[in-house]
Amino acid sequence: MGILEVKDVNKRFGGLQALGDVNLSVAENSCHAIIGPNGAGKSTLLNCLVGKLIPDTGSVMFDGQSVLGRKPYEINQMGISRVFQTPEIFGDLSVLENMMIPIFAKRDGAFRMHAVEDTANEKEIVEQAENMLESLSMGDKRHMHSASMSRGDKRRLEIGMCLAQEPRLLLLDEPTAGMARADTNNTIDLLKQIKDERDITIAIIEHDMHVVFSLAERITVLAQGTPLVEDTPDKIKGHPKVREAYLGETA
Amino acid sequence: MLGLNKKDTSLLILVAALALFAPFILNPFPAGSGMAQFNAGYPDLMQRFVIFGIFAIGFNILFGLTGYLSFGHAAFLGVGSYAAVWMFKLLSMNVVPAIILSVITAGLFALVIGYVSLRRSGIYFSILTLAFAQMTYALAYSVLTPITGGETGLQLALDDPRILDGAASSDNIPVPGLFGMEMRGSSQLELGDWVFTFSTGYYFSAIIMLLSFYLSIRIFRSPFGMMLRAIKSNQQRLNYTGLNARPYTLAAFVISGMYAGLAGGLMAAMDPLAGAERMFWTASGEVVLMSILGGVGTLIGPVLGAGLIKYMENILSKINSDILHGWFAFMPDGLEDIIVSMIYPFIGKGWHLTLGLMFMLVVIFLPGGLVEAGQRISRLFGRKKSEDKSDKSTSTEPAE
Amino acid sequence: MDAIILQILNGLDKGSAYALIALGLTLIFGTLGVVNFAHGALFMIGAFCAVTLSRIITISHEVVDESRTDFLGNPLKVDVPYVHDWFGKETGDVIIDWAVPLAILFAIPIMILIGVAMERGLIKHFYKRPHADQILVTFGLAIVLQEIIKYFYGANPIPTPAPEAFTGSFDFGAMLGMEANQIIYPYWRLVYFAFAAVIIGAVFAFLQFTTFGMVVRAGMADRETVGLLGINIDKRFTIMFGIAAAVAGLAGVMYAPINSPNYHMGMDFLVLSFVVVVVGGMGSLPGAVLAGFLLGILESFASMKEIIDLIPGINQIIIYLVAIIILLTRPRGLMGRKGVMED
Repeated sequence: MGILEVKDVNKRFGGLQALGDVNLSVAENSCHAIIGPNGAGKSTLLNCLVGKLIPDTGSVMFDGQSVLGRKPYEINQMGISRVFQTPEIFGDLSVLENMMIPIFAKRDGAFRMHAVEDTANEKEIVEQAENMLESLSMGDKRHMHSASMSRGDKRRLEIGMCLAQEPRLLLLDEPTAGMARADTNNTIDLLKQIKDERDITIAIIEHDMHVVFSLAERITVLAQGTPLVEDTPDKIKGHPKVREAYLGETA
Repeated sequence: MLGLNKKDTSLLILVAALALFAPFILNPFPAGSGMAQFNAGYPDLMQRFVIFGIFAIGFNILFGLTGYLSFGHAAFLGVGSYAAVWMFKLLSMNVVPAIILSVITAGLFALVIGYVSLRRSGIYFSILTLAFAQMTYALAYSVLTPITGGETGLQLALDDPRILDGAASSDNIPVPGLFGMEMRGSSQLELGDWVFTFSTGYYFSAIIMLLSFYLSIRIFRSPFGMMLRAIKSNQQRLNYTGLNARPYTLAAFVISGMYAGLAGGLMAAMDPLAGAERMFWTASGEVVLMSILGGVGTLIGPVLGAGLIKYMENILSKINSDILHGWFAFMPDGLEDIIVSMIYPFIGKGWHLTLGLMFMLVVIFLPGGLVEAGQRISRLFGRKKSEDKSDKSTSTEPAE
Repeated sequence: MDAIILQILNGLDKGSAYALIALGLTLIFGTLGVVNFAHGALFMIGAFCAVTLSRIITISHEVVDESRTDFLGNPLKVDVPYVHDWFGKETGDVIIDWAVPLAILFAIPIMILIGVAMERGLIKHFYKRPHADQILVTFGLAIVLQEIIKYFYGANPIPTPAPEAFTGSFDFGAMLGMEANQIIYPYWRLVYFAFAAVIIGAVFAFLQFTTFGMVVRAGMADRETVGLLGINIDKRFTIMFGIAAAVAGLAGVMYAPINSPNYHMGMDFLVLSFVVVVVGGMGSLPGAVLAGFLLGILESFASMKEIIDLIPGINQIIIYLVAIIILLTRPRGLMGRKGVMED
């Protein structure tokens, strides 16, 4: 029984079958990659996991509880954090404030009305946020306007914000899309470090094979909305069906 | 001091000093001199400065922090006025219960309207608030006449019950007061040619404005304020960080509605009548203008914007062409006429034109309003000083 | 039955004005992605085009009429409009009488010019700014425009009559074979409705059947792709803004006899027109037209005595009430597209 269990999930958009009978099991504390050509339904699947879309049929269980019908913030509170394809951070806020918000969310839940306390007096939260920034080696950027950072730094901050909530499952949607090689390698190193240091499950959707094979322990190949095959990276590399459906087109 | 950092404390002290000495500061010209018409230090206008200041401070908590642009905030102001007048009629001429009730009523009203309107965002939210406010206005004018007094407005009458005040058997309608101090009471100080007026009503409103201003600083600096700024910045990320934006925006909406209700209650306390025209959508537009002109999202900006617009409305609008001709009388006749005819469209009855132009210029060139203008000017003069603090300049704390 | 027909007819002229303004708003929003709060001011300027033209063609010079004398016995001085000199008395009078329809020709170039100037001078710089900024700057522009008009024309409404041929009413009921004098409808309102229908038809035909319109429609759906095809979208969008301004202006010209133009009529219509656009669905042209007529007719039904007796005050709030209900139940309006203004 994995921490994330997707069973018989179907999703149609009008006449298009975006997902057809998707079954997926992600083992706890593993790193599971979902790959597939464009239009394979990767993003649709991800959106079904975080509450942005609701599947037509099927079930999505996280740690024994159904996530279906819950709002994104509720699913997040269950312990699922999501990293977006283009980094989504609070651009108008400073880096430190960006980091404080998930820590507040972790401590206070979805809403708490502390309207007249001074943020600077939340010593514990500030300290946690600063520690988190240090561990991302972004301590020197804490007062920067976050929108003015490089894409790589934004990605780093976004991943850090997700980790600050100590999620049990981290979902990454093409985390290195549109990144320079150096930034991509930095991100891979960061994710490797996270994997080694924490008890965390990582599910990653990715196009870049370099990223997938450096991180993943298991890989599911999605094609036309249906899982084609699921196996270890070594087996996937040599799998004829996969070569035909996916690797063939890039090789 | 008072749980504020150094910068905010000095800002609060500055505002307090301005409010305290306003009767002097706003009356720089001797009475009877040619420039006396620019004196704004009379109670009626000063009260308007601070009351609309409160209105704008509240509006800024919603629009400045969350970015939700409400086009219906005047409705809360109007509701607050009606509630206060009803308290004067039924309970007592003391302003305290009246103002408390106006804040509560406006808050409840904002809760209902906000709950519905905040289901949508962007322009849809603006249209929803506008629709609710216009409905309130139309109903106040027509069907709700028994409560609102319809077209004539809600006024005090001699035979109002006023339970707490007992049967004051005078022939005059009583005036609002604070435990015996009449709001309209004032004393004058004559210093040479200068005449300064100190009015009870003004100082009462100014103290409330200072309290409101203090509260708004606290909200701006609080975790709640940070969440509101996060909502403006990226609602998607907020949702995927386990936070529910709706209660935060609703709380901000209700708080700013209560500020508007407070302003409405104070208006009624200064002059105990209430009319539906206070709720018309142009009145809502005016508070938008105030916040933007002063500097939206900054602490002091809305107060400055409110002051500027009310000054223009009451002072600039009174200058007619005779006065203009008087000023330029030293010029040769032809030139005088040309100058006067060039300036005339922008002042007097045409002051709205100046307002509109200023507003456009601010939106185009100075998104931070007067506050940004002040910062730019001070940076121009104090460039050397700021160099050694350059690492601090990237911080994103909201400007004062 | 006759009451229903009467209310539908009554709703048509207001509905026509709503539909025309909302159509222009939607054209601008759909093509340029700009929320234009100055659109009501364009409607108002159109109405003042009618006022201006009727003033221009009645410019007179003094002529001494020897055949008549004033009360002092001196020869009578009369003002004779120049059009009498140029076209003769009879034709001249017809021209003066038909000032409002003639103002259409006068208004088209002026409105297009104003629209293009607005787009090039101001709106262009706001494409990339947030919608709130667009609302604010055009709101400021609306104030400026209306104050300029107020400066030149004063604050009072200026009566601008329709041609004499259209001043009467006709008995609609009798025409349908019902009782006489039950459904009476002023001719000019019918003219207004027909005029609106022609304009709306022309705009749709223009978008549907010309290459220009095709490109604009494609641009409304997907601006970037069309830009990549090497088509100069910006220039077309400028022209589109001019056309939208002309539509609003013409709606104003023809509305002048129905409601004497005053400087704030634009703002009055703007608020309702925005409600109309939102009800119709942001960015949907048919939605704007449909919602315009629908709300106009609904408003006139809500003003019926029977309905007011039933629900007091409903006539005042019906449009807003409908807008709130539609926004809450169908967030995209009646015919809105997905993804418009939802960020």
